[in-house]
Parts: sequence; C-alpha cells; structure tokens
Amino acid sequence: MPEYQNIFTQVQVQGPPEWGMDNENNMAEERIGKPFFSTLVGWMGNAQIGPVYLGWTGMISLLTGVLWFNIVGLNMLAQVGWSIPEFLRQGFWLALEPPGPEHGLSMPPLNDGGWYIISSFFLLVSVMTWWLRSYLLAQQHKMGKHVAWAFASAIWLFLVLGLFRPILMGSWSEAVPYGIFPHLDWTTAFSIRYGNLYYNPFHCLSIVFLYGSVLLFAMHGATILAVTRFGGDRELEQIYDRGTASERAALFWRWTMGFNATMEGIHRWAWWFAVLTPITGGIGILLTGTVVDNWFIWAQEHNFAPMYDGSYGYENYGSYEAFIGQED
Amino acid sequence: MFPKWFDKWNRDNPTDVFRPAIIIGTVGGAVFAATMLIAWGQPFATDSMQTGPRGTGMSVPEFTADLAKPDPHIELLIEDPPFVPEPGEALAKDIYQNVQVLGDLTDANFNRLMAAMTRWVSPEQGCAYCHGDGDIETYGEDNLYTKVVARRMIQMTQNINEAWDGHVNANKQVGVTCMTCHRGENVPSDIWFKMGDVNETMAGWSANQNRVTAQSQFTSLPSDALEKYLLDGEAIGVHDLESRVAGVPGEDGYPGIQQAERTYSLMNYVSNSLGVNCVFCHNSRAFYDGGQVTPQWATESLGIQMVLEMNNDYLVPLEDQYPPERLGPVHADAPKAACATCHKGYQQPLQGTNVIKDWPELATTGVPDYGN
Repeated sequence: MPEYQNIFTQVQVQGPPEWGMDNENNMAEERIGKPFFSTLVGWMGNAQIGPVYLGWTGMISLLTGVLWFNIVGLNMLAQVGWSIPEFLRQGFWLALEPPGPEHGLSMPPLNDGGWYIISSFFLLVSVMTWWLRSYLLAQQHKMGKHVAWAFASAIWLFLVLGLFRPILMGSWSEAVPYGIFPHLDWTTAFSIRYGNLYYNPFHCLSIVFLYGSVLLFAMHGATILAVTRFGGDRELEQIYDRGTASERAALFWRWTMGFNATMEGIHRWAWWFAVLTPITGGIGILLTGTVVDNWFIWAQEHNFAPMYDGSYGYENYGSYEAFIGQED
Repeated sequence: MFPKWFDKWNRDNPTDVFRPAIIIGTVGGAVFAATMLIAWGQPFATDSMQTGPRGTGMSVPEFTADLAKPDPHIELLIEDPPFVPEPGEALAKDIYQNVQVLGDLTDANFNRLMAAMTRWVSPEQGCAYCHGDGDIETYGEDNLYTKVVARRMIQMTQNINEAWDGHVNANKQVGVTCMTCHRGENVPSDIWFKMGDVNETMAGWSANQNRVTAQSQFTSLPSDALEKYLLDGEAIGVHDLESRVAGVPGEDGYPGIQQAERTYSLMNYVSNSLGVNCVFCHNSRAFYDGGQVTPQWATESLGIQMVLEMNNDYLVPLEDQYPPERLGPVHADAPKAACATCHKGYQQPLQGTNVIKDWPELATTGVPDYGN
C-alpha cells in the first residue's frame, strides 16, 4: 500500500498540471510560465512548478529589487577596483554603507552614502509592492489577509531600522549597511553604543516570541506528524469534525503538561508569536536613541539590572604570574 | 562459504541489519565519545584567569599547552649588571664627541649600554648599524639616520620608564628597554602606518572600513582606528552616561554607530595585542561603566595616553630622518607604535620579566640610580 507523508512525500502525484481557478475575478489572467513537474521539488513539497502570477506588482517589485541588488553589488565591485577575484575574496566584508553622520538627513554625495539612499528607495518600493502582491492575491482568492499582515509585521521592523528611526534620530547614518559582515558590525555596535540592548525590555520580548515561535513550531509540527497515521494531517477536517487524531493529540498534551491548545487555536498561537517577534523588536529599536540612550542605566533606574553587592575581591583572583606558571 | 542451513535461514528470515547497525553505531559512538571526554578530559585542556566577580563569567581562558610555553624572547635576555661608578671616574661626555643624552654615564656603563643596544637592535650589523664603517674617531658623527633615531629612542625609553611608571610598572617593576620592542630586529615587529581610505572610489565612512586589513583585525570594522585614537587622540568612549541624552549623531560630538564601530575596532586591536578578551578590562554587561571595570582598565587607559605621547612627541617628529624604505607604504609616514609593538600578544611584555633592573641609565631622564 503506498505510503503518504507530509515531508519527503514518497508518493508524488504527477498528472496534467493543475491551473487553479478561473472565476469571475479572471484569476487565470496574467498567469505565466508553462507548468512542469520536478521530482526533486516533489520530495519537499508540491512537485508542480508554475504557473506564476506576475502582474504589475510583481513586475515593479522584481524590477526595483533587482535595481537595489545591482546598485549594492556594483558599489562593492567599484570599491575593489572592479576586480572580480577581489570581489569574491572580500565579498563578505564589502558593503554599501549609509551616509556619514555629518550629512544628517540631506542627500549626500553618491560615493558617501548617495547610492545607499537611492538603492534604499528602490528596496522600499520593491518590498512594499511585494506586500501589496500578497494582499491582492489573498483578496482574489477571497482569503483572509493573514499572510499579508504577518509580512507587514516584518516590514514594520524593516521600516523602523531603515526609515522611521533614522528620521527620528535626524541622520541617515543610523541606518543598517548592506553587507554580510558589516550589518553584523552594525548590530553589535548598535547594542554597545546604546548601553547594551539586552536590557531593552522590548528586545527581551522579541527574543521570547522568537524562541517561543520555534518552540510552538516544533510542538505543532511534531504533534501533527505524530497523529498523521490517524488522519491528523488533514487539519481542516479535524477542526470542524474532530476525530481520534485530534483527541489523541489533545490528550497527549493535556496529560503531559495539563493544558492543550485546540486544533484551530494552535495556528493563532503560532501566528501571533511569529508576528509579535518583529513587532516588539521594532518597538525596541524605535525607542533606542530616541527615548532611551543607555539601556543599562535605564534598567538600573527601573530596578531590573542588579548591582553586585560588596567588594569585587580582585585581590583574591590569583596573579598573572600564577596563571603562566612563573610564580616565585 | 557459510553452511547451507545458515544461508537458508538467512533467506527465510530477511532482516534489515543496516538500520539497527546505523542507530547503534551512531548512539554507541556518541556515548563512547562522551564517556571518554569525561574519563580522559578534553584533549585540549584549558585554564582560565578570573577577572571579575564570581558568576559573571569574567575570565581569560588559555590552552594550558600555550601557558606552559614561555615567551621565547625571554631566553634572549642576559644578565648585564651595571658598574657602580667610583668618585672621580671619567664620564662619557669627557671622553667621546657629541654625546648628547648619555654623557653623564661612566665610560664602563656607557660602553656596556652601547654593547647591549647592538644585541637588542642590530645583532648582525653591530656598531656599524648606527656609527658607520669608519674608525672609532668617527663615532661622534651624526651621518646615519639610525644614530639620530636611536638617540631619540633612548630618550623615549627613559621617558616611558619615568613618566609612565603607572602603566609600565603597574603590577611590579618590569620597565622597558630597547629589547621590549626590538627583540633583536632593526625595526620592531607590530609597528603600524596610516592606511587612509581602504576602499576605492568611496569617501567618508564608506571608504575607511569593510576591508580585510591587519589594522581592522581582519574584521569589516574601520581600518583607521589606530590613526584616530592613538595618533589624533579622538575620544574613544561612545556611551551616554544617562538613560536619556538629547542629540543628533554627527552634531556636537554626539557619537553615532560609526564611532561605536571604530571604537570596537580599536578594542579588537587591544585584545589581540595582549592575547586577552573584552572581560580582561570590562564587565561586558556595561562596557562603559567605570564602576564595573577591572583594575586592568585603568592600566590600559594610561597605556593609551602613553602611546599617544610616544607617537606624537617621539615617533612622528622623526619622519624627516628616515630613508624612504622605512616610511609607510601609502602615506610615506613615520612608523608608529601601539600596544602590540611591546606586548606582542602577551598580557605583559616578555611575560612580566623585569628588564630594567640592570639598566638604571634607561630608567630615568635624570641621574641614574646605581644604588650607591
């Protein structure tokens, strides 16, 4: 008997390509690309590739996104004197940096952040049209807009980092550089500059939701896989017509930890945890440098960064001579 | 090969042996490795030096194998005690021409120091490195740049030992001599030059960072940290000392992310120069807080001031003396010193060996104390 599983699907259904609905919204319009099947892709998901809806949002988004990508890449290439080997060798170090602090919110020279501003504008258009695309396609399908709003929460953090906070700070120099290592430098310098971001309560919340999302994802995925043999992977059917799969899953968690989510509610848990990660994180970033300039001192003032009591006892730590084994 | 009954039994009882074999092998291997790690200890044993209150994780770890190896340069140091001057003994300035700094030394101590300097700086070229190939009568001439530079370096060494006692002798008397930096080489290792903009076609903060350079410690942090902080003397601290401080980055000295990155670059340099980590000096939960730093932080702060003075008062003014091959590759600037020039990766140069005890002449700008 063929076995059907959720991931690494062992049975791949490959018939005539499925074209989707063509209803009063003319949904089949502008679907491009001849659909085909990929066995490799079928191991991980649906084996059918395409057709894809491009539309005006997709065209603008891809065009501006490619422009941003190329402006960043060409700036990096110019920095190494148009040498491809150097570009490859130093690729992780190179970046397109925001303007220096001396330029404030004005338009800087092209080679001192000007290209950064121009490329950022294209990136903004690209991301926003891609969001619009997720909204409009959900509308066409008469779906809820949950995907669009979840994406919007990530965009909120993106806008805080690159648009809202730099404007509130009065300087584009606060924005994040486009580069592999340089954006990590920015992250650590941001934390250190503003007195240790770990003492920012919204940073704490964001971490809670991030790790919580991972935990919920693992719990939910594991639970459904565990009851697939009872039809539990047909989650929608289980929601409106609870069967033995849901019963077992619910009992398992209730008997394990005294509480269980419901077959429907677990998806709200997961959605909110995921969405709250960038929302709380964005609030924390937005407050940094605008409302609070030193989070450690702020945390001391609000009594959740304890001071050590008593002496540090440096005299008892042992000497360098003892450490290197040269004590007389 | 096997008896028939065995092959038949196998045919009738097909069993997947690979699955249990892989599982048992993987789990068993992991258990074995874990057991051995606990029983024998991990092969690269470490030791750590506590630098802060218990429970804060403040410590400097090292491999015990590395700790067991002393700095190889310590072996090169030899005992060379001074000659206590007798009353009425002839002085160098009376015997030799043009002795500007060490003129008040007795002949014996003067020549003892000259001989030591060839060991420290020019063991291959000997006296000729500074005094040329001429006869002893020509030794008073200032024809070679090496002699002019050496004279200034003697003054710098005396100044370090005297004025920067708080840094050099913070833990105990160790002092510095020419050897502390030179280690038997004409030019000390770990000197530095201005790098300028490292990125082509860019300007400002887009030009001075994001390249693999020795001065950025191979990070993408700014490559001009040594120049800005250890030559130009810019403020290193970037923190606000109140929870809320009004200000716009770039205006009135309000530091931005860029300044924080440059400071971070300098701190990486200091850490690597001393072979330590952040928590050798700082409590990393509040890097800025003077109330939570370790005693080393104060020593280090003095060291930064010392390097600023060395570069600006001693090393940079010698720029016109050097031949082109001694100048920087980009800006043709004088070679400069920083932490690694003396420390060379150790918490204390030459691991805290007292190098000054035989050299009262170098310990002071005034009259040497021979204990008489």
